[in-house]
Amino acid sequence: MAADRLSRRRALTIAAGGIALAATGLPAAALNVDEARALVGRLVGDINAVIASGKSEGAMIKDFERIFARYADVRYIAQSALGPAGRSAAKSDVAAYTAAFQGYIARKYGKRFREFIGGEIEVTDAHPLKSFFEVVSIARLKGQSPFDVRWHVFDKSGKDLFFNIIIEGVNMLATERTEIGAMLDQAKGSIPALTAALKKAG
Amino acid sequence: MSPLVSRFYRALRLGVIPAAGLLAGCAQVPEGADFSDPYEAKNRGVHETNVEIDRTLFGDGQRKGIVPTFPRPVAKGFINFASNLAAPGDVVNRVLQAKPKPAIETTLRFVINTTIGIGGLFDPATAMGIEKDETDFGETLAVWGSGEGDYIVLPILGPSTERDAVGIVVDLALDPLNTLLPSPESTYALGAAAASSAASRQVNADLVESILYESADGYAQARIIYLQNRRYELGEDVYTIDPYEDPYGR
Repeated sequence: MAADRLSRRRALTIAAGGIALAATGLPAAALNVDEARALVGRLVGDINAVIASGKSEGAMIKDFERIFARYADVRYIAQSALGPAGRSAAKSDVAAYTAAFQGYIARKYGKRFREFIGGEIEVTDAHPLKSFFEVVSIARLKGQSPFDVRWHVFDKSGKDLFFNIIIEGVNMLATERTEIGAMLDQAKGSIPALTAALKKAG
Repeated sequence: MSPLVSRFYRALRLGVIPAAGLLAGCAQVPEGADFSDPYEAKNRGVHETNVEIDRTLFGDGQRKGIVPTFPRPVAKGFINFASNLAAPGDVVNRVLQAKPKPAIETTLRFVINTTIGIGGLFDPATAMGIEKDETDFGETLAVWGSGEGDYIVLPILGPSTERDAVGIVVDLALDPLNTLLPSPESTYALGAAAASSAASRQVNADLVESILYESADGYAQARIIYLQNRRYELGEDVYTIDPYEDPYGR
């Protein structure tokens, strides 16, 4: 609650100063709770707009990939999911894997947008957590009980970006580490083979 | 009644993640996401059988299953009806957990939905602002301080833990509908729960099928999703990744 009031007051101050909220992509001085909240606010606004657009599934998945690339630290997420195998790999292999991972995530999660039609996500709170920030939101989908979606935001790359989504306790990064690990096993440890499989997956 | 089968759809109620609750599905254990799975070989066998049953009944996204797809309102009716029948058991567990507020609210829900909601087929209580609050003896055990135990995959019921499996057995004995209803009616209640489980499986088809049939390792996906969601439900420690302590992410 206090954080709520605080952020509203701050937002007003910023608006009064005629300064737009730091746009994504600009280097952030030091990320704070209000900026984390504002970032997720814009992200959720973009997602809600896609949900409401009524576009075809293919078009929505393209939109989702664009949103993911803009608001998420794709490089961090992809490399963290890959784990130790990425350390000894060739740079070009890791870059190709990261690009394939971005498309895979967009297809895998974008397909689920069907369930979101008629629904909306609302940001309710933000607070510091460990060395980053957690922005709390509620998803209200048609015909379902509202559920809790948390966005973990950091500025390790120099930009404010999210690196993890926690839906009712289920951690996207942790489940993708498991899944990418299983795919890498199937690819017998070859990152180019994993990349080829990712292009078809999701 | 059937806390047994009701658990089946209960884990699915949220629709977004829950798939794991349905049928269980080894990969590497993500660092820090701790769990104990000493019966993994056996669990994987049960998982495979569960997946084959699921494929036969509901299909895998490519082929259709033998259970016809219920129209949405019918599916909702099944889910509401079984959830309402489970309410007395929920109340008993909330009392055992010393949580009077949800115990009272669920009692109120039961009265409203059984009467205005025509025997529980509809859920007017939610529209009145009294949200569904489901629980079970597994949660009661957690409140009493019992640890989660090892991960296990139950035949038909899917992902569970030692603590939750004990909970399922105790719920059968605790449930007032199960103990008070004469035998034909309690059998109908079991049928209602089975219908509700099937309806939930269909409503969440995309999610369930993505985990069971599209994952590289459905067993590992079901395990991590079930455990993380269950711990969250019980208010236990939620696994958090700190990117500044992650040696791999750049």
